[in-house]
Amino acid sequence: MWRQWGRTALLSRPDPADHDVVYAIQDARFIAPDVKRFRVDAPRVARYWKPGQFVIVRATDDGERIPLTVVEADPGAGTIDLIVQGVGKTTRTLNALTSGEWIHDVAGPLGSPSEIDDFGTTIVVGGGVGTAIVYPTARALARAANRVIAIVGARTADLLILVEELEAVADSVIVTTDDGTAGRSGFVTDALAEVISVEHVDRVIAIGPLQMMAAISQLTRPEAIPTIVSLNPIMVDGTGMCGGCRVSVGGETKFACVDGPEFDAHGVDFDLLRMRNATYCDFERRRLEELGST
Amino acid sequence: MTESTRRERMKMPRTAMPERDGRNRSTDFEEVNLGYTEQLAVLEASRCLQCARPVCVDGCPVGVRIGDFVAAVADRRFDDAALIVSEDNSLPAVCGRVCPQEHQCEGACVMGRRSSPIAIGHLERFVADRAAASSGRPSGSAPTGKTVAVVGSGPAGLACAADLARFGHQVTVYEALHQAGGVLVYGIPEYRLPKAVVAAEVAQLEHEGVRFEMNAPIGRAESVDDLLERHDAVFIGVGAGLPKFLDVAGENLVGVQSANEFLTRVNLMGANRPQAETPVLVGRRVAVIGGGNTALDAVRTAVRTGAESATVYYRRTEDEMPARTEEIRHAREEGVHFEFLLNPVAFGGETRVETMRLIRMRQTEPGDDGRRGVEPIDGSEVDVPVDTVVVAVGNAPNPMLSSTPGLRMSRWGTIVTDPDTGMTEKAGVFAGGDIVTGGATVILAMGAGRRAAKGIDGYLRTGAVAAASLD
Repeated sequence: MWRQWGRTALLSRPDPADHDVVYAIQDARFIAPDVKRFRVDAPRVARYWKPGQFVIVRATDDGERIPLTVVEADPGAGTIDLIVQGVGKTTRTLNALTSGEWIHDVAGPLGSPSEIDDFGTTIVVGGGVGTAIVYPTARALARAANRVIAIVGARTADLLILVEELEAVADSVIVTTDDGTAGRSGFVTDALAEVISVEHVDRVIAIGPLQMMAAISQLTRPEAIPTIVSLNPIMVDGTGMCGGCRVSVGGETKFACVDGPEFDAHGVDFDLLRMRNATYCDFERRRLEELGST
Repeated sequence: MTESTRRERMKMPRTAMPERDGRNRSTDFEEVNLGYTEQLAVLEASRCLQCARPVCVDGCPVGVRIGDFVAAVADRRFDDAALIVSEDNSLPAVCGRVCPQEHQCEGACVMGRRSSPIAIGHLERFVADRAAASSGRPSGSAPTGKTVAVVGSGPAGLACAADLARFGHQVTVYEALHQAGGVLVYGIPEYRLPKAVVAAEVAQLEHEGVRFEMNAPIGRAESVDDLLERHDAVFIGVGAGLPKFLDVAGENLVGVQSANEFLTRVNLMGANRPQAETPVLVGRRVAVIGGGNTALDAVRTAVRTGAESATVYYRRTEDEMPARTEEIRHAREEGVHFEFLLNPVAFGGETRVETMRLIRMRQTEPGDDGRRGVEPIDGSEVDVPVDTVVVAVGNAPNPMLSSTPGLRMSRWGTIVTDPDTGMTEKAGVFAGGDIVTGGATVILAMGAGRRAAKGIDGYLRTGAVAAASLD
């Protein structure tokens, strides 16, 4: 039986011999410290995924369901590329997997796709692994005849991802690092402030840490530049069923998994989201300690 | 039956269901009801008066031939009993456990007026559990070469798939989660419906040729139109899964969660296990809002996952509680508190919920439906300390397929269908269960799945059934 019920053994993986769909890992390599890019067989997702949508993954048969970013899909080959940052136990378990192994479940695509239109001059801002979410949207916007300026930032040069890929699709790319080891020294917000001070910008799409998205929202609000952020709250099913991912946008409660994940940044209550995202931090810490001690 | 036997039978007390002691069971997730033995089942079945006009059948949403199967049990013809039940009920082991029998078959039973009704639910469960190993299902028809997509693997989808397979159609069930069963696996707890029971039903369907595709969120992945390209008909049974909240201040504080989230974390994701990968927030003092079976499932789950005090707050009185009487009794035995005529108006706390403000309600005169309403009493607010709150005030229809072209949606977000066939306004597309009725019960969803299976079978065989006009 490839579907297993009730209390099953810890860490059991499906046997490819009798598994209808095997989410086999074709390729896996670290693209930055603790950040791994996977190419995984997931024909359904590959066929229907659009930029902005995500998947929910279980690393093992006993694993937690976590939302992950899809950076690229190849419908012909039936594969998708996932980018995983190893921060918690589940993501570290995932990052220990390598080609020839498989991910237990990949469900998707989920969420609403990014709005793609000819907006004019569009700035995409990627902070840390948020760059992985923003890259496919940037590519789609470039294909839709937007003038795309990409701003990519990270703490230090090692942590920058997808810069070459963005250079291939965007009209210009600005790199920033907090410590000045690559590109300009400083934050993505500094670079963004500079661009909007010198030219007209029709739209900003910013994806990265909450603090970064909140700061960008502050920056573009007085200029009234339409600004989109992609939110990553805690969720279980990803289909609107649990309500764990509720966020407040424009004073209304929304479910990020079905109403988002992309929202108008100027309406988002970032403080509430930061608070809710810390719900299980004690549990997470304990689990990481367990992982370290084994 | 002679008058003397009749009188004798009416004197026999109802055979109690063997169950685990309230204190022992409230720390684990093992099943509470242990099930009748053969002897107990035969004893209980022999109480049945075998009415000439069995009103119990009228009380059953799917019309199980109750008198006949109970008579078979009394005669120890257990396989016959299983066959009779499975003619009308494709998930008897589930329904015997979770149906609100007191409002259905047992509520109609004439014995109820004199002493207590026949324990039809317990007997159905006995028959189904006993047959599980020997598989007492009627055999299927020859393959028709037609294929049907069933979207959603909850009670409506499973019942529909079972009948379609029996009619000879090739069925593929698409499920968005990683496990089949819908509310039967994510919602109803293990101690009330063991997951092995659901797994056995699913395995039986697989054995009959039904295919299951997991991790397939139809509506985000394939559209209904995509499914129609590779299937001759589609059944939509995606349920009412979108949790309703109270829309009061502080509801987004950490620690206020929907019953769906709380129950899914425990039931589907196993958050109660010591080495669980998935966390769940329980806390010392748990408040559950609502009066239905979901509220009861949540509060009893809270007791089992370490809550020191667990209280149900319901805005009406106990008489109006939609929950099964057995669940209310079981909850009390396990130490659950009940507070009636109280409704939350706000939650307070810094980041985590710390207090709940309730307003006292009073009953109003019964309305046209005979049910007494409630209204808040001004100035009667009280604050109670809480560590977590579980909101169980119902679910709205799942919206993932609501933008399907050609489907007519009601203003409540449900899909409009012909009640006899389950046909929507879109040719070849049928729907049933909570996505059509709004949140209801397992048995009603099953009944709708079975009606739709008949409707689909007719549509596939004649091809003549046009899209229904539903005005």
